[in-house]
Amino acid sequence: MLFALVGFAFIALPLIGLIQQVSWGSLWTDLRTPEATAALRLSVICSLWATALSVLFGVPLAFVLARVTFPGRSIARALVLLPLVVPPVVGGVGLFYAFGREGLVGQYLYDWFDIQLTFSTAGAVMAETFVAMPFLVITVEAALRSMDRRYEDAAATLGARPMTIARRVTLPLIAPGLVAGAALAWARALGEFGATITFAGNIQGRTQTTPLAVYLLLQSKPDVAIGLSIVLLAVCVAVLALLRDRWLGFR
Amino acid sequence: MSLVAHVVAHVGSLDLDAAVEVDEGETVAILGPNGAGKTTLLRALAGLVPLEAGRVTLDGVVLDDGARVFVAPEGRPIGVVFQDYLLFPHLSVLENVAFGLRSHGIRRAAARNTATIALERVGLADLVDMKPRELSGGQAQRVALARATASEPRLLLLDEPLAALDQSARGTTRRDLRAHLATFSGIRLLVTHDPLDAAALADRLVILEQGRVIQTGSFADVSAHPRSNYVAELVGVNLLRGLGHGDHLELPSGAMVVVPGAGSGEALAVIHPRSIALHIQPPAGSPRNVAAGSVESIESLGDRVRVRIAGSVPLIAEITPAARRDLDLGAGTPVWTSFKATDVTVFPV
Repeated sequence: MLFALVGFAFIALPLIGLIQQVSWGSLWTDLRTPEATAALRLSVICSLWATALSVLFGVPLAFVLARVTFPGRSIARALVLLPLVVPPVVGGVGLFYAFGREGLVGQYLYDWFDIQLTFSTAGAVMAETFVAMPFLVITVEAALRSMDRRYEDAAATLGARPMTIARRVTLPLIAPGLVAGAALAWARALGEFGATITFAGNIQGRTQTTPLAVYLLLQSKPDVAIGLSIVLLAVCVAVLALLRDRWLGFR
Repeated sequence: MSLVAHVVAHVGSLDLDAAVEVDEGETVAILGPNGAGKTTLLRALAGLVPLEAGRVTLDGVVLDDGARVFVAPEGRPIGVVFQDYLLFPHLSVLENVAFGLRSHGIRRAAARNTATIALERVGLADLVDMKPRELSGGQAQRVALARATASEPRLLLLDEPLAALDQSARGTTRRDLRAHLATFSGIRLLVTHDPLDAAALADRLVILEQGRVIQTGSFADVSAHPRSNYVAELVGVNLLRGLGHGDHLELPSGAMVVVPGAGSGEALAVIHPRSIALHIQPPAGSPRNVAAGSVESIESLGDRVRVRIAGSVPLIAEITPAARRDLDLGAGTPVWTSFKATDVTVFPV
């Protein structure tokens, strides 16, 4: 009982610590400072892009992992899920040597198309997508595995081709899982720090997302940093509440 | 025009090797216990389980030969009513029925029109906007039937069409299904573990046991001459078809059988041969049903003897070898049959 209490306090106290530091009176003006608005706007843009990209590439990836048997599938799945456990800063280093100006792919992007991803908003989006997509893949794959596949059989006997079945039957049936996965991915993208700062840098208005701004402003303008933290916290609580409704209110 | 199939497939521990033929306009029931391979056979015909060997031919076109030819399910002119119907939960009743038409490239408006007509045919025109979870079991079954037949397939497959219903809904749904099946002009094949469903819905039975066809024929043939103890147990029942008059059933011979709840209209009475007693003298006692007849044939099936009685109430009685010796039964022996009215199950057809 005591240990449980200590464990709970350990998780709850930092949250209380954060909340009691908020100067509620000046919260609105703190959030209206140029650094804060730039960071928040960038975070919204980057995290939504990262979520969109995660859905665009993650859903087909989840389909392949759940439905196609091929040699090395378990290795492929482990690799896809690696960003969940790998330190984000390591992910950032990896992104740098893959897509940076000197990187595996990045050098050709730069030489041929004059595209430089490092220190760009696109780079921040990539870093967020890298850490967020596994959440979507794992959730959608689980939904695909647990759904009743006989609905797909029924659709096939009604003359539907595989793409039609995926669009009109499978996706609607796994929609709750897809929404949950997208929400998780979005929350993860929003809080992304290590990979972003390593790969995309910390340029205000271009790659300095909210977590980066919090880290930077904690010394110079602690009130603004705390205000931004509280916004991130509120968003995470909202996502949790949404997922809880999804999971408990499952039709 | 017909379905000719020889299906060889292994799924889990099931070793299926069965041949089935169904002619146009005929309803065939595949009858067997759970795990006999009925559903796998049906899925193989639908293209959901590929053949390992054998051949499926529909109207002379090979759909699967286990080697070079395999027509995917979406390319087969089939309609399937699945065991728990599998109506798409996110689509309305109308959209469920229109799904097959849309998949065949028919435009939305036209598909909806045809789907509405299909739903009218099964008497559900006022439920078009409902979601499947709002339907009763019997309604869901009719929607499933409308969905499977809306694009006018050549072959209609039904997997345990009545198993998902509770007992109270079964009788009327069975009667409706029989009427709706009669309006479908293609080839009809259904799978069931319930001999009564098979008797009420099918013209011919295919008995499947452990992946093998052990007997085929009309219900009367199979129940009169079961080829194994198992078949005798499954379908070796007395079926009396007649017209219900309250608590009587009038047989074609004019004989009246006392059956509580016979209702009105055509009905089927089921009496197990174990419930039929044989007497040399006219019996006097509680059984309400007593009829005179004569022994037509005697079959020995291990520890029991099946005696066929001809007369105004044709029956099969199952007795012990000792009882047969005591009564000194042989072909032509005049006997009296008796059975209690409470041993009879009756359902409308």
